[in-house]
Order: sequence, then C-alpha cells, then structure tokens
Amino acid sequence: MRIGLFATCLGDTLFPEAVKSTAVLLARLGHEVVFPPGQTCCGQMHVNTGYQREPVPLVRNFAEQFGDASIDAVVMPSGSCAGSVRHQHEIVAERYGDAALRSGVATVKAKTYELSEFLVDVLDATDVGAYFPHRVTYHPTCHSLRMLRVGDKPLRLLRAVEGIDLVELPEADSCCGFGGTFAVKNADTSTAMLQDKMRNISATRADVCSAGDSSCLMHIGGGLSRIKSGTRTLHLAQILGSTRTAPYALTEAAR
Amino acid sequence: MSTFLGMPATPPRAPYGTGNLRGERKFPRAAHDELLNEQLRRNLGRATGTIRAKRIGVTGELPDWEQLRDAGSAIKTDTMNRLPELLEQLEAKVTERGGTVHWARDGVEANAIVTRLVKATGSSDVIKVKSMATQEIGLNEHLEAEGITPYETDLAELIVQLADDKPSHILVPAIHRNRDEIRQIFLDEIPGVDPDLDNVPAHLAAAARTYLRQKFMTARVAVSGANFGIAETGTLSVVESEGNGRMCLTLPDTLITVMGIEKVLPRYQDLEVFLQLLPRSSTGERMNPYTSMWTGVTPGDGPQEFHLVLLDNGRTAALADRIGREALNCIRCSACLNVCPVYERAGGHAYGSTYPGPIGAVLTPQLAGMHAAKDDPNSSLPYASSLCGACFDACPVKIDIPSLLVELRHQHTEQAGTTAEKLAMKAAAGVMKSPRIYTAAQKAASLSRSVGVGGRDRVISRLPAPFDGWSDSRDTPAPPKQSFRAWLASAEGAATLREASAEGAARRAADDHQEEQ
Repeated sequence: MRIGLFATCLGDTLFPEAVKSTAVLLARLGHEVVFPPGQTCCGQMHVNTGYQREPVPLVRNFAEQFGDASIDAVVMPSGSCAGSVRHQHEIVAERYGDAALRSGVATVKAKTYELSEFLVDVLDATDVGAYFPHRVTYHPTCHSLRMLRVGDKPLRLLRAVEGIDLVELPEADSCCGFGGTFAVKNADTSTAMLQDKMRNISATRADVCSAGDSSCLMHIGGGLSRIKSGTRTLHLAQILGSTRTAPYALTEAAR
Repeated sequence: MSTFLGMPATPPRAPYGTGNLRGERKFPRAAHDELLNEQLRRNLGRATGTIRAKRIGVTGELPDWEQLRDAGSAIKTDTMNRLPELLEQLEAKVTERGGTVHWARDGVEANAIVTRLVKATGSSDVIKVKSMATQEIGLNEHLEAEGITPYETDLAELIVQLADDKPSHILVPAIHRNRDEIRQIFLDEIPGVDPDLDNVPAHLAAAARTYLRQKFMTARVAVSGANFGIAETGTLSVVESEGNGRMCLTLPDTLITVMGIEKVLPRYQDLEVFLQLLPRSSTGERMNPYTSMWTGVTPGDGPQEFHLVLLDNGRTAALADRIGREALNCIRCSACLNVCPVYERAGGHAYGSTYPGPIGAVLTPQLAGMHAAKDDPNSSLPYASSLCGACFDACPVKIDIPSLLVELRHQHTEQAGTTAEKLAMKAAAGVMKSPRIYTAAQKAASLSRSVGVGGRDRVISRLPAPFDGWSDSRDTPAPPKQSFRAWLASAEGAATLREASAEGAARRAADDHQEEQ
C-alpha cells in the first residue's frame, strides 16, 4: 500500500523517534511510506480549547496534503490526532468551511487510521516481527479507547512481541489527566489524576510504560521523570519497531 | 433608526444572582482548595468506585442494555422536539384529574408560587422529598426568608441541611461527609437526640428516622420534585430508596410538585424504558425500592390538594441551542459523575452549581449562562474536563457530553472577545498553516538546545506562566536536535527506510521459504 504518514506536530517537533519507528515499521512490512512535505498540525488543540475558526486553514491543509487518491491510507502514531481528523474536522468544515472543504474532509476521514488499528484492521498483522525483551505496561489513551474504539488491538500487537514481559496496568482505562490545555488550565486537578496514574504504573514495576499517543506519554513521562520513578515512557511504535537485528537500546530511567 | 430584521431573541436564562446555578469562584480555583482535602478525596474515591462497580454489574447483565439506551435517547429526543405540545397535554390531564398546574418562567416565579400555595394552607412548615429542581432554585432559602420551615426528609439531604451545607452529588448529596462528621452534625442539630449516639450507620439512620417520623405525622404540606411526568395520563412519578418520599407523597393534605419542563415523557409505556435505565445507572440496583406514581387527586386517598409547578429557568434557552439541547435529555442518574476522573478528584462543590460533574458542566452554563457577569465562574465549567469520554459511555440516554463540552467551549471563545489566549491561538494557527514558517519554528526550537535550554539532562523543569502549573509536577523534554522531517530528508533517514524495506523483504522471503518446506 501507499501510506501517507502524518507525523503530528508534536511527534515531528518533540518526539521524532516515535515517528521514525512508525515509518520504519511500515516500510519493514513492505509498504511505501510517503510524507507529504506540506503537512503541519491537525488543529486538535484549537478545537479542544474552543477555537473553531482559527484551525480552518489547518483542516484545509490536512485535507489537501493527504487527499491525493494515490495515497491509500493516512496513518499516524496518535489516537487523539486520528480522533480529531475523524470527528472534529467535519465539525469545523460544517461550520466555517465551504463545500470543497466539507468534501475534502470526508474523503480523507474515510482513510485515516491510528497506527494500531491500521496494523490490525487493515494490514491484518498482529505479529510485526518485533523483539523487545523488557517489562512493559500499557496505558490505553482515552481517545484511542473511547473515541476510536481501538479496543485491545494495541495489546494484541504487544502480546505478539518476542521477549516482552507485558504486565497489566491497574485502572488502565482511567485518564492520565493530560487533556491538552486541560493540564494547563486545570493543572491541580490534572496533577491529582497524574499521581494516581503514576501510582498504578509504579505498582507494575515495569521498565517501560507504553501508549499510542506521544501527548499522553509526554504528560505521564514528565511526571515519572520528576519523581524519578525508575519507569520510562516509550511509544507503542518504538516497541513494535524494535527488532532482533536493530533492538531498541533501553536506557536506565532515573530513580 | 435601524430596520427590524426579525431575528428572534434568545429565550431568558435563569436570572443572575438567583438560585444555585453559579458558584463564587471559577472551577480551577475552587478545585485547588477542594483537592487539598484528603478526606474528601478518599470518600469520593471509595464511594464512586463502589457505585461504578455496581453499575457495571447490573448494566452488563442485561442483553438489551444498548437497545434500552438507544430507546431512552430516542424517547428523550422526541420529547424535546415537541416539548410545547406535550406540556400542554400534561397540563390538561393533570387538571382533568383534579390537580392545578402553574407555569413558572424562572426560579423566582416558582419560589413565589410555592410560597403562596403553602401560605394559603396556613401551615408554617413543609416536608420535602429530595429534589434537584428545588435545590436549583433555592426554594429552601426562599421559604425560610418567608417564615416557612422546610424539612428535608432524604437522609443525605437532611445531613446537608442540618449542617447548613450544600449537596455535592446528584444522588448522594452528602458524599463528602463521613460517619464521624454525620454523628457530630446530628448531636449538634437534632433536638433531643441521644447524647451517646455513636457512628454506626444503622444507629445514625435510626436517629434520623425517629426525628423525621414526627415530622411525617404532623406535616400538612409536602414539596417534591418529579423524575417523570407522563403527558398521556397526567401521572407524576418519584423514584427513591428510603421510603421517605412515599411518606411525603401520601400523608399530607397538600402536595406541591416542582418539575423541570424537560422531565415530561410522552407515554405511560415509556416508563418501562426509564425505570430500567434509571436505577441501574444511578444506584447500580436492578430496581429502586420505592416507585411512587400519582395522578391528580384521588378522593379519600392521599393528598386532597395537588399542585404541579412547571419550571423553565433557562430550559427553553437550552432547547433553542441545536447542539446544546441534548443536555436536556438528562435523567439525573449521576452515572457520569461516578465515572468522571475530574469529579472524583475535585468533588461536587468545585462546580458551584446544583448540577456538578460532566452533565453539570454542560447543563449549568446553558441554564444560567456563562457570560452573565465579568469573569463569570460558569465560563470555566466547560473546561473542567480532560475530554476523556468516560461520561458518554456511562450515560443511559447516550448524551455525547464530550462533544457538548467542546461546543460550549467554542461558544465561550466566540463570546469572550479578544483575549490573550485567543491571540496566542491565532498566532499558533498562523505558524501551523504555513509549512515554511512551521519548519523555521521547528529549527528555532532545535536551536534552543544549543543555547542551553534543558541543560545537560535535556529536561526543562521550570516554565513561565501560564505553564507554571504544568511544570510544578512535570518535566518537559528539551526539543531534539532534529525534527522528524529533517531526519527523513537526511541521508540517514533515507538509508534507514531502505534498510527496513530490505530487511522486511528478506524476512518475508525467508518465511515463504519455510512454508514451502
């Protein structure tokens, strides 16, 4: 397949390793990965903070960059950005866009996938040939779980990883407290949620807490780093991208 | 003189400064203080966790639970689409059966109507059934000011009233109190209570029962809310657990029911759906212990005078919003509160309204407005959510609360004018919409590393306002040397992808070979 890779602004700028692993993984599975160079941001932060006029150019740009019929699927290593493309772009287009934008949004929405659902649903691949001999716990991010309904697909992918010691995260489905600008506007409540999430992560004694969204991982990882918990965060794509020939070099997290 | 263009005015909201639909502070400030209360967090964590587990059990056991939710949603949507005709039908039926219907535009009118009706009976006190509508309009405070004493008869409402406190949960109003506190409240406030009263729940309940029994036997007027009002028959219904409601609804001479206009249901048979949805979602029980239904007045049986006060108080304004109106479908089960991670930590008081939690965050701003004053506390409510979506999954009538929150946030930014945040959002969109400027900004971010941002461990531990709350408990990574796109465009990036393709091809060839053998 010819796959349009959306790096997401956060992944592109702050967490490029997760995007690199996504590209490497898709190439390894035999697909052509294209990166439309004019891509930037899906506008999720704007919409979630209450701004729907400002992201119109972003929504338009996304539809233009990935609308090309030669792109079979648009894949991104983020549940919340995929959620934004699939659920919010049409709200923005409906309200402040024109007919062309509405149609462009509908076209691109139909072929947009978060990484784990693309691998399992479209490629029918659960064993992607990964090797990761470490203790891992998985946090299912809210938008993957309740907006995209990815269900246990990420866990099925992880269970098939060679050498992995996968441990269940208690109260896994509760929010880590990030919520985009929520963590800034309601920092105290967000921190209280983060503390509970970190307590559950620590209880697993995992080396790595993984998830399918760099934004939630930035939040959880930022908290774990501050308390020097000994557990580090790693994007699902980085675990799936790690192989026997090119294993991920896990560095010790600060304690 | 300008030409009249014929645009309709927005229906009125609940009048500013009346009732209990607005706190004194914005949510983040109020939550900040509530979060310091360790006792509150423990109580809430335990209580919401218990109800959550019970609800999952009794909703999971029904094979048609999802269809029931669909039916509940469809009936409520149908109701809202023809609310005026259903209300008139309800009025006609209640009147036909000997009741009197009053229409109250807002809480002020409803309070005045109830006060007038109570005074006409000559009684100076009333017993009350737990009711959200009368909490919303501040009926108790109004009655007291008029020399009438209201007695709450629901155990938790009684605790809240005796402590001169406010409810913090729709179903469990005293969820923020523990048994020691309740014991002390009873010792201080119940006349003639046994001074040796201990903190055993059964003993506390017995003390309340003794106190209330005397009120039930002597009161001549009761005030209730309603869970449902059936347009087809004129039947009103209250569902409850303790039986205090049944006492209030049957013993006095006069019954006054205050019902929000959105509580009407078209047909008697609709109860079949809602009497399954409500208890299972609310208390996590298959059926609530007491379901009372009454239709007008029955000679020789129950109250001989019945008044129904239909309350608007901003509901028509909510109905006028094509997206926001979905919040009116709420049946006040409180399932969304019990699954909400924000409610669980901050508690109900932080919302400043009779309606806390996710549904309160979308209902309160619509009933009372969120720009009624400068820096209106209600404008912070739609932001009191991480948009995790747990509320939507729990809602028995499938109200898409996260989408409503996002919609109300949009309405807020549209009305708020030019703010620093809006300028920042515009600036961010300005950078993001141009790949050229965006790439330049990425390079600038990478460069910040070389001037020492993040230090040697590449971690930023202190950020300026408004990000200081974030950096109080979270480290932020310094931008990496190279963005993804810069890597991809580099020789290294191209080579890495080539190698991955080749490795994958080799692996597949080996697999095929193995299968052939």
